[in-house]
Amino acid sequence: MTTVAEMPAGFADKVLAAQSTFRSVMDAMARPGTVQRIQAVSGVPAPMMRGAAAIALTLFDQDTPVWLDSKLAATMDVAKWIKFHTSAPVIADPAVCAFAVVADAAALPSFEHFAFGTGEYPDRSTTIILQVASLTEGPAYELRGPGIDGATILRAAIGVPDLLDRLALNASLFPRGIDLVLVSGESIVALPRTTRLVAKEG
Amino acid sequence: MNAPTYNFAYLDEQTKRMIRRAILKAIAIPGYQVPFASREMPMPYGWGTGGVQVTAAILGPIDKLKVIDQGSDDTTNAISIRKFFEKTAGVAVTTSTGDATVIQTRHRIPEAMLQAHQVLVYQVPIPEPLRFLEPRETETRRMHALAEYGLMHVKLYEDIARFGHIATSYAYPVKVNARYVMDPSPTPKFDNPKMDNCAALQLFGAGREKRIYAIPPYTSVVSLDFEDHPFEPYKHKACCALCNAEDSYLDEIVTDNKGSRMFVCSDTDYCETRQSQGHRGSENAAPYAESANA
Ligand SMILES: [Zn+2]
Repeated sequence: MTTVAEMPAGFADKVLAAQSTFRSVMDAMARPGTVQRIQAVSGVPAPMMRGAAAIALTLFDQDTPVWLDSKLAATMDVAKWIKFHTSAPVIADPAVCAFAVVADAAALPSFEHFAFGTGEYPDRSTTIILQVASLTEGPAYELRGPGIDGATILRAAIGVPDLLDRLALNASLFPRGIDLVLVSGESIVALPRTTRLVAKEG
Repeated sequence: MNAPTYNFAYLDEQTKRMIRRAILKAIAIPGYQVPFASREMPMPYGWGTGGVQVTAAILGPIDKLKVIDQGSDDTTNAISIRKFFEKTAGVAVTTSTGDATVIQTRHRIPEAMLQAHQVLVYQVPIPEPLRFLEPRETETRRMHALAEYGLMHVKLYEDIARFGHIATSYAYPVKVNARYVMDPSPTPKFDNPKMDNCAALQLFGAGREKRIYAIPPYTSVVSLDFEDHPFEPYKHKACCALCNAEDSYLDEIVTDNKGSRMFVCSDTDYCETRQSQGHRGSENAAPYAESANA
């Protein structure tokens, strides 16, 4: 059992690290497909990645219910770390979470389990922070949409079955929808609900 | 580094997190107005507290901030906002559009083309483009949800019928990413084409009305119009009297107490840059400082 006194450190300089991490996330969201680097966090409990932890420290608080997938919820370490550092409630029902953190991409629940927002308030939706194997190696995807000058290529090992079908369904709901932030180590790529993906040969 | 009585960039961290989350949603849903819990700022609402809060939430120590008001870096409003961030964030400031990483603006988009590493933050008084048609928030939300913009078109068409052209020359409504009708804030419609497919991220903050919205880079922004009456940006039939620019937005200023007038660029950095490059207008013999703050 970890006590509060034993809790490992988060950001060394909370204010500036949160600002720098936010700008990386903002740039990622504004320029889908670009790989952004995130400020290092020490003492992150496995299997949470450092990039996901930095985003948690930057965006989570008592107003953002957080859902963890079963891999992250397998021990209490991640939930405890999140509660200690961010005060965010860790909840069991993904339908009302502001953020979902997912370590096992292959077992990602279908998007309907999360919050899409409403027509009047499409911002009341879940942002999924998805840990993936790589954001530089893997299948190639061609991305289009706001934030992209024409088209861009993303190579990533995302590992979600039926990813393109899920994203197509998500797109059809616009302006409702799920926004994804992919994390691999300290790198991130955002796929907001406006981004269109197609598989690319080679 | 800073006085210990306030946090970096003034806002407390919880407020920044809330604003930052709103900014991310705004980027993900281009043109949609995200509600946020606007905070009291140490300046009156008319001074752009929405823009100031957005700037405070994004600004970091490596940024270079430019603040313009009606195109000028030198109005009381622009100077006091710039000083506010120099003091609370220790951030570097500039009047050069090209050197800035964050530009906070009221009423204008710089003439120099914005670049991909820049963020343009607009101070917005009235974010709801449908407000003059429908005062009820529940109704305007419903209209946006259903993309029910027929009334907006009717209003613009009435302008044509009455005036022979579309009379709205400021805050001319646009459609963002072929979905949301958005108020570009009280910028002149001259500036509307600069919003389209812009390389920079554009963020809008309305303090009193508690809304944040965004246009991601490289996003389609179309000024509402009709096939038989296409959108025409306002064009001056004059050149800048100081730098001879033909492509910039001009202000008419009084030059003496006998009512003499001349047209000069509203964007002072653009005008000064052109003059330093040797461009000369009809009045450039007169010292620029005499007329800049009219
Ligand atoms: Zn000029």
